[in-house]
Amino acid sequence: MVDLSVDLGFLKLKSPVLAASGTFGYGLEFKPFYDLNALGGFVIKGLYFSPREGNKPPRLVETPCGLINSIGLQGVGVEKFCQEILPQLAQLDTAIIVNVCGEDEDEYARVAEYLNHYEGISAFELNISCPNVREGGRCPAQNPEATYRTVKKVKEVSSVPLITKLSPNVTDIVSVALAAQEAGSQAISLINTILAMAIDIENRRPRLNNIFGGLSGPAIKPVAVRMVFQVARAVSVPVIGMGGIFSAEDALEFIMAGASAVQVGTANFVDPDVCLKIINDLKNWAEQHGVEKISNLVGCVKI
Amino acid sequence: MLIDRQARIIEKKSWGNYYLFRIESPEIAGRAEPGQFLMIKVSNHLPPLLRRPISLHNAENGAVEIFFQVAGTGTRLLAEKEVGSTMDLLGPLGRGFTVEQKLKGQEVFCVGGGRGIAPLYFLARKLKKTGAKPVVFYGGRTKEDLPLTNKLKELGLEVMVSTDDGSAGFSGLVTALVGETLATRSPAFLYACGPEAMMENLAQLCQRKNLPAEFSLESIMGCGFGACFGCVRKIKRNGQPSYLKICQEGPVFGLEEIVWQEKENG
Repeated sequence: MVDLSVDLGFLKLKSPVLAASGTFGYGLEFKPFYDLNALGGFVIKGLYFSPREGNKPPRLVETPCGLINSIGLQGVGVEKFCQEILPQLAQLDTAIIVNVCGEDEDEYARVAEYLNHYEGISAFELNISCPNVREGGRCPAQNPEATYRTVKKVKEVSSVPLITKLSPNVTDIVSVALAAQEAGSQAISLINTILAMAIDIENRRPRLNNIFGGLSGPAIKPVAVRMVFQVARAVSVPVIGMGGIFSAEDALEFIMAGASAVQVGTANFVDPDVCLKIINDLKNWAEQHGVEKISNLVGCVKI
Repeated sequence: MLIDRQARIIEKKSWGNYYLFRIESPEIAGRAEPGQFLMIKVSNHLPPLLRRPISLHNAENGAVEIFFQVAGTGTRLLAEKEVGSTMDLLGPLGRGFTVEQKLKGQEVFCVGGGRGIAPLYFLARKLKKTGAKPVVFYGGRTKEDLPLTNKLKELGLEVMVSTDDGSAGFSGLVTALVGETLATRSPAFLYACGPEAMMENLAQLCQRKNLPAEFSLESIMGCGFGACFGCVRKIKRNGQPSYLKICQEGPVFGLEEIVWQEKENG
């Protein structure tokens, strides 16, 4: 019997497989497909304080083994989330992590403070890739100082554990990870999407109305594995790896690179029950390879 | 909404780059309603990454039918499938056409442009069962774009065809044919599916004639079941226009709900 459980210190997960923010809606969209309690947990779509309209379409373009999106964090805001959605998730026996957004440091803190009053949230995942309206659209993830300030500000008000989700669109991801850890983040998740662009050559226009979008899917997996490896070696808090995971084999690469848990994103669009399959395949792989506890594999890559 | 990973293709027909598949999938067929769609995995390998949204052309006797035109990589791979092989289907998805009992005994117009005819066959069957009298308008650029004409006639319906080049039926746009017909007849409802310009034109006609209508919209989709927020469009439902998901809130929307000028870059 393989032990799939993961102890992040601040949170115990039934399995190392979580569904990633922005690819799992508010969780409810996936209820028709399988029992969500099988998951290690799932991360709610990025939540700002107020409802957000999102970007003008077209918002999606498929590229070889990838998907570029510019959804623009369309969302319901904290009030509707807490009144209408969270109660429907309350009966679930799995970790519910809320992805927290903000247009500036204050908004991140306001979202966290608001959510503090509600039961049923296991952790916050701080989405520091949101454009900061006061700093010309630069996001906190782009430098260690802004990351430190944002994480610190939320840490001071938050009553649940904090995970910081890093952007790959930086020069030195390790320095950003260390800044998040220094500011009190209890875990690091990475990577968010890679900034990308596609052009329709017939009409000579960008495929996305927003011009740029975030690339996800199998195309980005090797970049993500490399960054998880680098960050996991540098920080002492647990790392949650993601970026193009479509199979148990993909998940194992991240775990071996140093991830204590993984998030599955874009694959949920293609196969709504893919997380369940990955969990079962992980179990089978571990059995076949004589691995009793999946967490024994964390960071086991031989260099 | 369910996943059928082993739906067997039992019939395949093709006309130029139009294809019709009949696929055994009892559970999906049992739940399917006209106007709903499937998300189909076109290949077991990557790429392409995403499933493709394809509207339901029919559902009968434990099988679903799809009718589509090859328009890109996804539909080209789909067209290469053969009888006996299996498809991975997710569906039925979305909200279909509204067919009210009060249409019984009434004439209703179903207007399809090119591959947009696909869901209207299924709809016309349901309308007929309800006791309504569907008249199908089927428009194409040329007569090769109208492969389903006989199939529609076999339902015992009045079918009016139009071609832009005059090679079959009315010579001109299907919207002109509908406009002309509306001069002498007063249907109780209009349903349409086809190119954006055709539907927008019909919407203006319906507004002038005070004719209630529903339109089936198309979009690039990430997931098809509401998770990705990629297929939105400005829709007026319960107040101000806002971005609603075509996959979940649609693909069928009412005449008064659609904000036509919001469509961008095709």
